Amino acid sequence: MPAKAALRVRNLRKTYKDVVAVDGIDLDILAGECFGLLGPNGAGKTTTIEICEGLTEADSGEVEVLGLHWKSDASALREKLGIQLQETQLAEKLTVFETLRLFRSFFRQGPGAEDAIRIVQLEEKRDARVGGLSGGQKQRLALACALVGDPDLLFLDEPTTGLDPQARRQLWDLIEEFKAAGRTILLTTHYMEEAERLCGRVAIMDHGKVIAQGTPRELIASIGVEHVVEFSVGNAMPDMAGIGAMAGVRDVRTENGSVLLQVTELHKAVPGLLDELGRQGIPLTELRTHSATLEDVFVHLTGRHLRDE
Amino acid sequence: MSNHPLFQLTLMRMREFIREPEALFWSMIFPIALAAGLGIAFRNRPPEVLKVAAVTPRLAEALRQEKLLDVTQLPPQLSEQFVRTGKVALVAEPATDGSVVYRYDDTNPEGRQARMLADQAIQRALGRQDAISGKDQIMREPGSRYIDFLIPGLIGMGIMGNSIWGPGFSIVDARRKKLMKRIVATPMPKHYYLLSFLLWRMILLPIDVGVPLAFGVFVFGIPLRGSFAALAAICVIATLAFSAVGLLIASRVRTIEAASGLMNLSMVPMWILSGVFFSSQRFPDLVQPIIKALPLTAVIDALRGNMLQGAGFAQMAPQAGVLGAWLVVCFGLALRLFRWR
Repeated sequence: MPAKAALRVRNLRKTYKDVVAVDGIDLDILAGECFGLLGPNGAGKTTTIEICEGLTEADSGEVEVLGLHWKSDASALREKLGIQLQETQLAEKLTVFETLRLFRSFFRQGPGAEDAIRIVQLEEKRDARVGGLSGGQKQRLALACALVGDPDLLFLDEPTTGLDPQARRQLWDLIEEFKAAGRTILLTTHYMEEAERLCGRVAIMDHGKVIAQGTPRELIASIGVEHVVEFSVGNAMPDMAGIGAMAGVRDVRTENGSVLLQVTELHKAVPGLLDELGRQGIPLTELRTHSATLEDVFVHLTGRHLRDE
Repeated sequence: MSNHPLFQLTLMRMREFIREPEALFWSMIFPIALAAGLGIAFRNRPPEVLKVAAVTPRLAEALRQEKLLDVTQLPPQLSEQFVRTGKVALVAEPATDGSVVYRYDDTNPEGRQARMLADQAIQRALGRQDAISGKDQIMREPGSRYIDFLIPGLIGMGIMGNSIWGPGFSIVDARRKKLMKRIVATPMPKHYYLLSFLLWRMILLPIDVGVPLAFGVFVFGIPLRGSFAALAAICVIATLAFSAVGLLIASRVRTIEAASGLMNLSMVPMWILSGVFFSSQRFPDLVQPIIKALPLTAVIDALRGNMLQGAGFAQMAPQAGVLGAWLVVCFGLALRLFRWR
């Protein structure tokens, strides 16, 4: 059975005063997949997701959510969506249970507050005030608030921004459980590890446009580079042309005093580099290699890093 | 029922309120403290007895005939000092030519009053007859004292303050924290969100009004001459009208500072013009129609009419009309202008 589209976006545009936030975007998200919008701050991810959530009106373009449209079916759509906004502060004086009871009352059907607490593993904090929760616990509560309507489509806007690594991993585990349960998820993030780990498919956004789209593996393969070799040589000046001409090296860049090589075959490039530096008589002070990531894809496409402000 | 969004939203208002001990304390204590302070300041004292002195036994005896004077006899050399230090308001001394000298400070009202009473007592002691006899009728009944005027004013002011601040602040705070945006991203009908504020004010109304009212009745014995149903009705309309003003003020602003500014801008003129502490009749006739159209004037006039003159539904209709108009206009505008994010 062919998967049907949970979300279809065509030629979406939105301008704020003189800033073009979304500049002609097309997206297709299939039922049951976890789709990621990856990009730096200000790329237009939040505007895009909030238009899909019916919170912001687009200037032009078409948005079809679960086969419905915001203009004609808003109340039906609200029942079917689970939404986590970026940086929402829930009422501090309410307890976890009371908050979920409140949100549950807004929906016709869905799991009870107790079930939602269990799903996000906040049982111990059931009767704690929201104001006393840690950042990770607050995010898990926000996630629970998005689940109480038993949504067909889950929107998560930067679910782990600002969390410490442990809290982030805990949230990833939860989102992976939702995926395993067959939920359709659209999430935005500016963490490439997050997109790589959670998302079946990713759209990379920059300046309001989708600049690449596909599975993380496809995107990484598309830049024709499998590995990145990074090294420093202190104050010496190596002969870049010589290094660039080595077998398996596709690209050479310098950055913050380090040299970055994009290579296809690590087992040939690294010994070749060591030989070449030895021939030039230059001592190596640092050497690192990693498999190419979505970050490298972004750098390849834009010349900038995801987290550059 | 307990799963109805309106019930849960109102429950949230209640929990946020009772879990903020300071807010609870001030909203209860403030009207009582104000009423108590002003009540003490303007309490009805028994007629005051003035201290005076005389330097001869004969003058002292004459002065003692007046009940409102407390007379001591002084050696002549001390008289000047006693007046200067305020130990007595006046000293009566015989002059060498046989007349009486009154030594007192004529810029002090007590001194002038003592002068009148002392002279009258001495003249009568020497045989002066009054041309006509006067009889006193003392007016000290509840309903005509300052505290009777003040309590309805404080109740009206309390309804205004609580109804404007309460919803106004919660809304601006929820908007600032994006909680409002999150709540309207659910299928809940949006008007429930606004209705929950009105509902919560209604639940608090017995406290808002009851506390200062009970204080006035039990401590100062202020009268409740009108029907209680009419009193309750005017309080309900007033709460709805002021809450609508609060919603309108909070409909677009994003910061607490901007909201406080707008709230003060709307409330302070009414504190002054609407006759909380003194009669609004003191303002020029030209501005009276404007003053009468203010919601605080309407509720205070209605409350005073009801409590002090026994006004019923019919007599309070004009004020109820003014409040109803404010309710409809402000709520309509608020719904139109409201920024849900």
